[in-house]
Amino acid sequence: MADGVKPRVKAPKSAAAGEVVTIKTLISHKMESGQRKDSDGNKIPRSIINRFTAEFNGALVIDVELAPAISTNPYFEFEATVPEAGDFKFTWYDDDGSVYEDSKSVKIA
Amino acid sequence: MNFKTLSLISAVALALPTLGMADPDDDTLVINEEIEMVTKTAAPAHLADAVDEVMSGWHFRSDETQAMQADDFDNPGMMFVEQGVEIWNAVDGSEGKSCASCHGSPEAMAGVRPVYPKWNEAAGEVRTLQMQVNDCRENRMGAKPWKTDKGGSIPMEALLASVSRGLPVNVAIDGPAQATWEMGKELYYTRTGQLELSCANCHEDNYGNMIRADHLSQGQINGFPTYRLKNAKLNGVHSRFKGCVRDTRAETFSPGSPEFVALELYVASRGNGLSVEGPSVRN
Repeated sequence: MADGVKPRVKAPKSAAAGEVVTIKTLISHKMESGQRKDSDGNKIPRSIINRFTAEFNGALVIDVELAPAISTNPYFEFEATVPEAGDFKFTWYDDDGSVYEDSKSVKIA
Repeated sequence: MNFKTLSLISAVALALPTLGMADPDDDTLVINEEIEMVTKTAAPAHLADAVDEVMSGWHFRSDETQAMQADDFDNPGMMFVEQGVEIWNAVDGSEGKSCASCHGSPEAMAGVRPVYPKWNEAAGEVRTLQMQVNDCRENRMGAKPWKTDKGGSIPMEALLASVSRGLPVNVAIDGPAQATWEMGKELYYTRTGQLELSCANCHEDNYGNMIRADHLSQGQINGFPTYRLKNAKLNGVHSRFKGCVRDTRAETFSPGSPEFVALELYVASRGNGLSVEGPSVRN
């Protein structure tokens, strides 16, 4: 597991049925591209988040493939329709096999 | 306030487009729809001959960059504030103490950032906030001091700035601090390097103008530590001074040197009255 990785999500706690809500996510990650060399000239191995998904009650909302050129601390902002009360589940996949998760419950107001 | 309430939503009001113009804009900055910031105010008395109004560097940045600072979730500098909270609560050194052991919550330190750099009577010197934190670490915690702008210095400074956001910068420049302040003023107006530029040539005579692709601000430091999009990390004010002096093609002073401490006091005093913004977002 890379150092200092921490997922963060900002989502509304409640929404009207069928409402489109804005969700913001951020994960602190160094996103080492694999292209850089250290001071001794050795290649620094690639270490990035390569995939991000968001699900609502098991249904996929977005599925993102990340590439090495994406900068440090990747941030995603997207909209999702909330048809019913339930849980958003957010998953980040690291190159080293680590999986980071976060979830947010949304009530129907 | 605590960090949970700080992370509420926010927006920038009055977004007037400034396309094609290099002048600072007239937007207003409200953090998390809660903390109203003073980003323009009448210049302090000692600047009467130089400028009429002092302005935060926030006004010189694009609307997109400005918006990032208005919401703690969007402000990447807040990640370093979170690190600062961890350091605040972590026991370090031979005395078995953390910052929290004596000071309680970080919010109890609101009002500290705006008055630093500050004269320390016991030590007989002007101290920056980082120097004072190190004094605590060495003498009260028995921990190793951090180097200027290295280690925990920046996250700690960011944390202490964040709890003082909205409070006006108010450094003392009279009394025992005056000699240091005069030294800082001397440095500010001294031309350095092959390009023979002083701080004032850009930040007093030409703020609002473009220096090639860069939009010159007044060089205020009320927003430090500053998250710069160009290097994706928080930057300390001494490191920023070093970068500026280097750009005049001069040999620079070192971060933490007496010269930069004096310059920090002087430049801070030029922003007396502006709100503390750290951690701010710039490009």
